[in-house]
Amino acid sequence: MKIVVTAADDNGLKAKLDSRFGRASYFAFVDTKDDSVEFIKNDAKNASSGAGVQAAQTVADTGADVLISGNIGPKAFDGLSRTDLEIYSGPEESIQKVIDEYQLGNLEQLESATKSAHAGLN
Amino acid sequence: MQITVLSGKGGTGKTTVSTNLALSLPNVQFFDADVEEPNSYLFIKPDFADKSKSVLRKIPEVDQEKCTSCRACVDFCEYNALAMLGDEVLVYPEVCHSCGGCKHICPEGAITEKDKEAGEINWDLEVTEELEYWQGKMKIGEESSVPIIEELKEEIKPEKNVVMDAPPGTTCPTIEAAIDSDYCILVTEPTPFGLHDLKMAVEVVEELGKPYGIIINRAEEGENEIIEDYAAENNIDILLKIPFQRQIAELYSDGIPFVEELPEWKEKFQEVFADIQAVVE
Repeated sequence: MKIVVTAADDNGLKAKLDSRFGRASYFAFVDTKDDSVEFIKNDAKNASSGAGVQAAQTVADTGADVLISGNIGPKAFDGLSRTDLEIYSGPEESIQKVIDEYQLGNLEQLESATKSAHAGLN
Repeated sequence: MQITVLSGKGGTGKTTVSTNLALSLPNVQFFDADVEEPNSYLFIKPDFADKSKSVLRKIPEVDQEKCTSCRACVDFCEYNALAMLGDEVLVYPEVCHSCGGCKHICPEGAITEKDKEAGEINWDLEVTEELEYWQGKMKIGEESSVPIIEELKEEIKPEKNVVMDAPPGTTCPTIEAAIDSDYCILVTEPTPFGLHDLKMAVEVVEELGKPYGIIINRAEEGENEIIEDYAAENNIDILLKIPFQRQIAELYSDGIPFVEELPEWKEKFQEVFADIQAVVE
């Protein structure tokens, strides 16, 4: 299974989950088959607008099965809900811990956006 | 003659200056182009009645039958208003800047445009015999106020003395309000913050090639030097100083333009206008 976790840094499985989706620093692309992790820099981090949309595109293009983040806004959620991706909310812990919690079934699957719309870098 | 009143910093007194100037002159057409939060109506008190019209802008509409998922439009859009998710191009109208680029770049001709309401314009052609009032108001959720300011400017009557209250800052909306004007009044306050943002406003009007002068609001002896020294060094006219005075502040908080209670200030604004006319002509 392929899981994308929003990450605050790119320090392997020790990297911390970034609770922001659109403006996360990295996307950690984890393959649970061999616990390999690859980091994709989030180009949308400093976008003046539409960061969530651009980040959603990046994540969707990885072809992952699951996305784990902290908060996710309505534009990104609406876009990602059109794909087969399942979206979960995770704690600000290491990627390893987040993946473990997911596999234990302890994470909450999101059915809607956790944040309302906002403009720019707020 | 079109005069645009701007300032780098918000809250320095653009509305105070523009409304009091407008009420001191004959044959005026006033525009509130601070469309994100127009507030000059609080002082000028126009009667809009049913005088209102929508401002529309174009957003893309994708014909999914014709779309081949090539993503040319998604890659082109600088504002992330398009995304290719779940085999369909999604349009995010709120972040679209209505540039029309996606329509041109689509090799399949799959993109057409449709209207979206961006805001509205209200007016009162006879607030007084000498004053006509126009206001733009942006719709909640919109990201760019430029289309509303563009539409507002369509109403300019060249035979009038046009006074335009610009949005704060030094970005696209402010430039849109200033770009066609004959003269720019830069309002500032005698503080380090006021000076800092005044310098940004000066850079804008220099770039636009407009003649300009400064009005110091909340002016105080012993404080004004910060602006006066800068103006002298750079050879910029100081048109007027509005003192930091309790009476003026109280009138402001009651929504009364101070020229109405202190008629000697009407003359001062008329002198400012005469000075501006001399520079422009």
